[in-house]
Amino acid sequence: MGELRLMKGNEVLAEAAIRCGCDGYFGYPITPQSEVMETLMELQPWETTGMVVLQAESEVASINMVYGAAATGKKVMTSSSSPGVSLMMEGISYIAGAELPCLVVNVQRGGPGLGTIQPSQADYNQAVKGGGHGDYRLITLAPASVQEMHDFVDLAFNLAFKYRNPAMILTDGALGQMMEKVELADFKPRWTREEIQEISGSWATTGKTASRERNVVTSLEMDPGKMEQNNLRFQEKFKAIQENEVRYETFMCEDAEYVLVAFGTSSRICQKAIELGRAKGIKVGLLRPITLWPFPSEVIASMTCRVKGFLSVEMSAGQMVDDVKLAVFNSGCTVPVEYFGRMGGILPSPNEVIEALESKLINR
Amino acid sequence: MDIKDIIKPENLVYDKSKLQIDTIMHYCPGCTHGVVHKILAEVIDEMGIQERTIGVSPVGCAVFAYNYIDIDWQQAAHGRAPAVATGIARTNPDKIVFTYQGDGDLASIGAAEILHACNRGENMVVIFINNAIYGMTGGQMAPTTLLGQRTSTSPGGRNVELNGHPLKITEMIAMLPGVHYVTRQSAHTASTVRKCKKAIRKAFENVMAKKGTSFIEVVSTCNSGWKMTPVGANTWMEENMFPVYVPGELKDNDKQVPSEKN
Amino acid sequence: MTEELIIAGFGGQGVLSMGKILAYSGIMENKEVTWFPSYGPEMRGGTANVTVIVSDSRISSPVLHEYDTAIILNQQSMDKFESKVKPGGILIYDPNGIVHPPTRTDINIYKVEGTVTAVEMGNPKVFNMIIVGGYLKVRPIVSLDNVEKGLEKSLPARYHNLIPLNLEAIKTGQDIVEKVN
Repeated sequence: MGELRLMKGNEVLAEAAIRCGCDGYFGYPITPQSEVMETLMELQPWETTGMVVLQAESEVASINMVYGAAATGKKVMTSSSSPGVSLMMEGISYIAGAELPCLVVNVQRGGPGLGTIQPSQADYNQAVKGGGHGDYRLITLAPASVQEMHDFVDLAFNLAFKYRNPAMILTDGALGQMMEKVELADFKPRWTREEIQEISGSWATTGKTASRERNVVTSLEMDPGKMEQNNLRFQEKFKAIQENEVRYETFMCEDAEYVLVAFGTSSRICQKAIELGRAKGIKVGLLRPITLWPFPSEVIASMTCRVKGFLSVEMSAGQMVDDVKLAVFNSGCTVPVEYFGRMGGILPSPNEVIEALESKLINR
Repeated sequence: MDIKDIIKPENLVYDKSKLQIDTIMHYCPGCTHGVVHKILAEVIDEMGIQERTIGVSPVGCAVFAYNYIDIDWQQAAHGRAPAVATGIARTNPDKIVFTYQGDGDLASIGAAEILHACNRGENMVVIFINNAIYGMTGGQMAPTTLLGQRTSTSPGGRNVELNGHPLKITEMIAMLPGVHYVTRQSAHTASTVRKCKKAIRKAFENVMAKKGTSFIEVVSTCNSGWKMTPVGANTWMEENMFPVYVPGELKDNDKQVPSEKN
Repeated sequence: MTEELIIAGFGGQGVLSMGKILAYSGIMENKEVTWFPSYGPEMRGGTANVTVIVSDSRISSPVLHEYDTAIILNQQSMDKFESKVKPGGILIYDPNGIVHPPTRTDINIYKVEGTVTAVEMGNPKVFNMIIVGGYLKVRPIVSLDNVEKGLEKSLPARYHNLIPLNLEAIKTGQDIVEKVN
């Protein structure tokens, strides 16, 4: 068993990055995630593992630093919160277009605009539909505990390198600020030059040697025919990710007549709501998407014909509910899909969720 | 005399660097980019640092720089090359990184990135091609466009009230303590090409010696954007650009006694 | 066993660290714990609160609309959280600065004269540990041994010399807590 600690989600992101052999972190302070960089600066991993940590002049710069370092085959990341992630969208699109692996963490806060510093899930569409320009997808992981904030750093890097695609951990201010018991992984050494050569040598800018052609990392292709071919290749990759990487968790769904669909913090609130609902005799369960993209559409479709309805519970005005509806639509059975949520940094409370379930689905 | 009698090793007076790739140039005849590309290829070749060098190309006419020099390249978003180069240099301290940027890229949209990378003294070379116009998009006004200069977005000539003054960003860069070497060159005559090459070589040597940022502005022509002949553009540059963007060394920490270093 | 606790008061009263010590003590007892703070500008001198959940099983929501126990350390928090204690639950407060004492009759109300006692002990900083003591007397969710271990874990090593003083404050709090209704 690894070391047990009581840690904030933000702190554990930093600790997990060091422990999984991350080569570099580039970031810019923004509430409610500044503890990520603060923790890294306190831990000084450049003295131990050799991991680089740099405070950039803006989120625009930090994502481009990630681009530069990722193109050399290094395992690098950034983190920010909603307004900062919006600034990164240009860079994320370039990273996806240049097929680079990296990790971006979004500790969401309420919006739009400068919004609030309180927790939110209103960047769902930005993350899973592609907030930058062009046809690309982000592998999007939604942790629901501090332990998963830890575990998903390594997982996100693994997926990013497996598919040469940026990965995002989409979390929120509640998970960033709250402390829970976490079991820390053992330290994995950073990749050696030889390992990078083996893993990424065919494309990374590791320096042109006589034994290979020069590597050029770019998202630009002037010939539209070739650019379409690039896009078709990306789509093949996205299809493979959809086939192989869907992750989800179900809770009390075996006999459920109603299924709450929620991720991250709202999925935790829903578990409590289910305790309350079950106590009242309501057969309710939870489907928690762990990967928001690829979305667990098939598991929703498989439930559709035996349940009476779905309630998508979100800390937004209803974004994921569209994906739930799409999954139900494709299942062939027709059941109602409703949304309940709070916005602007307000968290839904467990009793509100059950009240919404009753008014929107059970007593409709 | 047959041509075969002429093509002999003993008659060779000039050979292009083996790092220059035989791609058909997309630059206009008379453009300064081609000359600076040639210099870069020669310097990297002569220093024997092909395997260690990573170039970062900008958005602008030089976006395709990677088609001409046989090294590993990354292509950056508009203005972001210094941030991209920072990421490379920080995680790969054994590599020699340079950015190659135009005036729109470096002095307008990328002003923040270049100032902060230079202020941190990132160990990299910056090649700044200043031709006072946006070439690739068809001749729009740049931050370095001269007062009165006509462009497609300043058709009546650049006007202070409307557009502000030409930005002397190289002078700003020279003020930053992190920057080791700042020079302003041109590459329009045989002698300026030689001087420019010397400066670029010095910049690469500085980075090899981990001295921080070396910044080279090359005052350049864009004869098609300026709507001039190549020769006419060179004359116009000497008469109009040089009084504002005065060639010469702006900073060299090697030449200062340590106590004077800022 | 699941204890759903809110601690609420002014920033600077040690609200968040009380919660942290209880959470760490819970880990020492192999329990699941969640510590969820209010955060933001209110941290700087305004009201601060933290929800602490200690349980034998996996914890669901870190956010609650009602609590087993509320520890209330100023009037604003009393106004906000008295009504959020579950019927049959516990409310513990320090009367210092409380203008309108709690009035509910369906919950168990205790008071701990933490502010006054801390001044008497010559160290106002142990105020929050006196309150923790009062709480642990009423709700012994963790043993004192594990609180000591929790203190060791949650305090930086340079403050470990203060652990005996903190433990003494906890014991004082256990002695002075009194039931009001």
